[in-house]
This record gives sequence, C-alpha cells and structure tokens, in this order.
Amino acid sequence: MSIDTARLRGDFPILGREVNGHPLVYLDNAATTQKPRAVIDALTHYYENQNANIHRGIHALSIEATEAYEGVRAKAAGHIGATNPQDIVFTRNTTESINLVARAWGDANLGEGDEIVLSLMEHHSNIVPWQLLAARTGAVLRYAGIDAEGRLDLDSLRGLIGERTKLVSITHMSNVLGTINPIAEIAEMARPAGALLLVDGAQSAPHLPVDVTALGCDVFAFSAHKMLGPTGVGVLWARPGLLAEMEPFLGGGEMISIVKPEGSTWAEGPHKFEAGTPNIADVIAFGAALDYLQDLGMESVREHEKRITAYAIDALEGSGGITVHGPHDVEVRGGAVSFEVEGVHPHDISTIVDAYGVAIRAGHHCAQLLMRHLSVPATNRASFYIYNEEREVDALVAALDEAKRVFGYVESRTAV
Amino acid sequence: MSRAEPQFDELYREVILDHYRRPRNAGSLEAPTHQAEGANPVCGDEIELDVAIDGNVICEMAFRGQGCSISQSSASMMTERVCGATVAEARRVMQLFEAQLVESAEPDPALGDLEALQGVAQFPVRVKCALLCWKVLHAALETNDNEATTPQGV
Ligand SMILES: Cc1ncc(COP(=O)(O)O)c(C=O)c1O
Repeated sequence: MSIDTARLRGDFPILGREVNGHPLVYLDNAATTQKPRAVIDALTHYYENQNANIHRGIHALSIEATEAYEGVRAKAAGHIGATNPQDIVFTRNTTESINLVARAWGDANLGEGDEIVLSLMEHHSNIVPWQLLAARTGAVLRYAGIDAEGRLDLDSLRGLIGERTKLVSITHMSNVLGTINPIAEIAEMARPAGALLLVDGAQSAPHLPVDVTALGCDVFAFSAHKMLGPTGVGVLWARPGLLAEMEPFLGGGEMISIVKPEGSTWAEGPHKFEAGTPNIADVIAFGAALDYLQDLGMESVREHEKRITAYAIDALEGSGGITVHGPHDVEVRGGAVSFEVEGVHPHDISTIVDAYGVAIRAGHHCAQLLMRHLSVPATNRASFYIYNEEREVDALVAALDEAKRVFGYVESRTAV
Repeated sequence: MSRAEPQFDELYREVILDHYRRPRNAGSLEAPTHQAEGANPVCGDEIELDVAIDGNVICEMAFRGQGCSISQSSASMMTERVCGATVAEARRVMQLFEAQLVESAEPDPALGDLEALQGVAQFPVRVKCALLCWKVLHAALETNDNEATTPQGV
C-alpha cells in the first residue's frame, strides 16, 4: 500500500508551521524526525492519567505504568523481528546503547592486541566508544574502506577480519551516504572468526523492514527520536543469552536482585541494564510511534522513500552544478542524500535555503573519518521521511538555485 | 524564486565573495614569528595563521584554511587590514570587529573593508565563522608576545 502523504501530514502538527515566512520544508530527518499527534498525545496521556514509578509500586497507577512500559518492550522487539522482548534494553539513545556494549561486554572480553573492526563510514557514536575501549584494554582498531560509489568495500572488510577480531561494528545504513550495508553477508564473515557483530541501526530501524534474526547480528542499536518517537529513548537488542553473559553497566536501583553489605546480585534480563528510574513517559510515547509505523507498514515506508530519494537525486543533479555522494541506485541506499554545490560551501547553502523555510543539514554529520575520505570538510544533506513530498524537493532545488545565483554559479562556469 | 531575498545581498556582499574567491595573503610565511591555528568543530572551518612581527609592528601575515565564504573572506580581509598595523592597533580593530558582530554596533571607520561583514550579525549561527580568524590571531599574538599585557578573549 502506498503512503498517502497528503492525509498523513495532517497527523504532524509541526508541518503546518511557517519558517521565515515560508511553509516549513523539513528535510533533516536523519538528525531527528517530527512527531505525530499520537506520540505527543501519548506523552500527555501518561502524565495526566498514569504517572507513577514502575516496577516498585503495588498500587494501580504503578501497575498500569509498568504494563504500558513493558508493552513497548514487546513492540520494539516486534519492530526488528526479535523473538523475545526480554532481549530489549531501553537506553537514552543509540550512542548509549553502543557505549553500554563497550563497557558491559567490551571490558570483560577484550585484551591487549585484540582487534575491533569498524568502517570509514561510521558515525562518531560507533567509533569513539571503541577508541575509549581500546585505550582501556590495549585493543586495536581497524577500519574497512569504502569504494568510489560510497559502498562498503567488502574485500577490505573480509581481509581485516581474522583470528584476533573480537568485534565487528558496522552501520546498517550510512547517515551521510545513505548506503545500506549487506549485514547478513558481513555476519557470514564475523561468525567463523568468533567475533561479535554489532549493527548500528540508527538509520535503518526507522526506514527499512528489519529482521535481526535474518541479519544474523548479535547486537542491534537504534534511537526512538529518529523514528517518530520522543528524544531520550534508545534501544539495545542483544541475541538471546547475550545479556545474561554481560556485566552490569550502571549500578543502582532497579538493576539489582539482592543487595548485601559485601556485594549484590543482579536483576534478570534487561533490568540489569536499566539502573534507576527509566524514561517512562518517553518509552510509552515511543510505543505510539512504533504503532504508527507498523500501521503504515515498513515495506510501504521503504517504497515511499525509494521513490522520493530517486526523485531527489535526479532533481538535484539535473539542476546543474550539484553532485550527489553515495550510491545512486535506490535499491542499495536510503533517503539520506549528501550533495555538493559547486563553489558554495555547505554552511552558506544552509543559511540561504533556511531563509526559504527549507531545513537541511550542513556539516560533517558526526562522520569526520568519512569526510576525510571524501576529501571534503563538510557536505549538505537532505534526508527524507514518510511525510515528505516531491514538491518539497522542488522547493529545495529552487532555494539552491538562489544560492547558486548569489554565488555567481553561472558566471563562474562561463568564465573558466 | 527568481526574486532575490534582499538579506542575502546584505550578507554576501560582493566584496565578501571577492575575498572568498581570491583570498589575499593565502599561503605561508618563510619566517613567521608567531603562529596559531583554530577550527570550528561543528562547521569544520579551519584557519592556520602565520604572523611576522618586527618590533611591535605586524609586517607580514599569511593564512591557510578551508571553510565557508564567511570564515575565509573574514580571514582574507583581516590580513589586509592588520598587516602594517601595530599589535595594539590590531587588538583595537579586533575589539571593534567583535562589537560590530556581537553587539551589532555601528561599524567604526577604522574597520575599513571589514565593515562588509556586518550583515553576519543578522545570522547569529554564522557569527562564529566570521570570528574564527580573529580568535586565531589572538592566539598567535599570545605566543611569546612580549607586548601582550592585557590578553582579551574574542
Ligand atoms: C548512523 C548513526 N549512528 C548513530 C547515531 C547516534 O544517534 P543518537 O544521537 O540518537 O545517539 C546517529 C544519529 O545521529 C546515526 O545517524
């Protein structure tokens, strides 16, 4: 079923606003998405009707809040094809999920000379936690390269994975190039080496149908705020049995079983990793976001984004003086589209298109290794979601035409 | 969208675009007495600056950098304005320039071409782009500078 954007946009209050006298054209969805009314209402509903601390009260409110919170664990598991909700841990965001693994699994399992394999297209949140782990343990980082089209170089990756590899941590979809990485194939490389495979799903869980079992990964991390949900909620899924093998992350209430003066025992399952009062309200509202996406169907979400991404790549490159980074075939890429405008720096572009109400991102996108590889200091990035329409791409292209005019693009082309 | 939004012509004045396309004093000095570099990590703008000071006069400057038109033209204009000035005069211009951008002060005639950057004051997120080269100059002057009695942050 295809997505009816005209109808669906009515569910997003913010899309009705103006920016600098123009209707908002929100094309920064890889950074964070907008929220539908259902999610905003779920937050208010919780605070107006159910607010209580969870897992501790015997009273009605606490029981209701606990059920609502735990219900979202099941929805989050369902969203990524996980069989057991008890393998889902709620964190603050993808970044915290990855740091949790680096601490709770990494500190106990890595030593001097062990190797961690990453790629050049990783977000800083899938680089820096491993650098810190390497500094603590003496482990070594290895980076798989990418080819001229912006695809992961699988031969380079295969060559890096060996006996000393303890961990392979790769993004499912690049937040800069849009590249979708073949995780199942990578799992085939990691498994014989006995390496743990962590997948950064921050950009895939919102945009693609995901089935962690079919992917064959050990750990999968993502953020609620990039998929219609509130900020402050992240998810960590670990393959059955793995959480039990891991050491605790933060210590405190909720994560213990019995506390004695000489030491404590840990709570079972995900609770061992959810110390203190969690972000109850936002987790519950995230449930409304997951319902919204499941109602649309992730296949439809993906189809919609393929269509608008193909349209955007054609429109941008067709307008002159613009180069799109990353693969151009929408079968192997998602809707994060980075591009260069000849002779105009991304910050100048952002300032100009913002005046037309168009929100795109300029910068290194937390991917400085990739920027260095592309030999650019920064890129422009437009990124799409379920509510974006082709006319919004047209508005972007028109605003870019204005940027080219200000910077004398036509003149400089004829002059040289 | 054929109509030009007037604010852009104010922000991106011709003189700015000219310095951006043809930066003055780009490159390096053979014998700098002072050097510094700086970056805006959020934007990726970078400036490296060489300064040659004789007595208390800044006699030569050269910069290398990459970044947006505002950061790079600002650096180019700064080197033009400050070369030949005394260190004390450079510090005074630095203060005037900052006042123009941060407090939207009326441009002082002493700023010369730098007055062209006053449009940046209307775009608060871009102010740090224009100030980057001055921060770097400030840092350069701090390195073994016997003249500096009252360091001022930019
Ligand atoms: C690929 C990727 N990984 C990780 C992150 C980090 O997500 P968060 O900031 O929610 O922790 C992001 C988004 O910023 C991302 O795009």
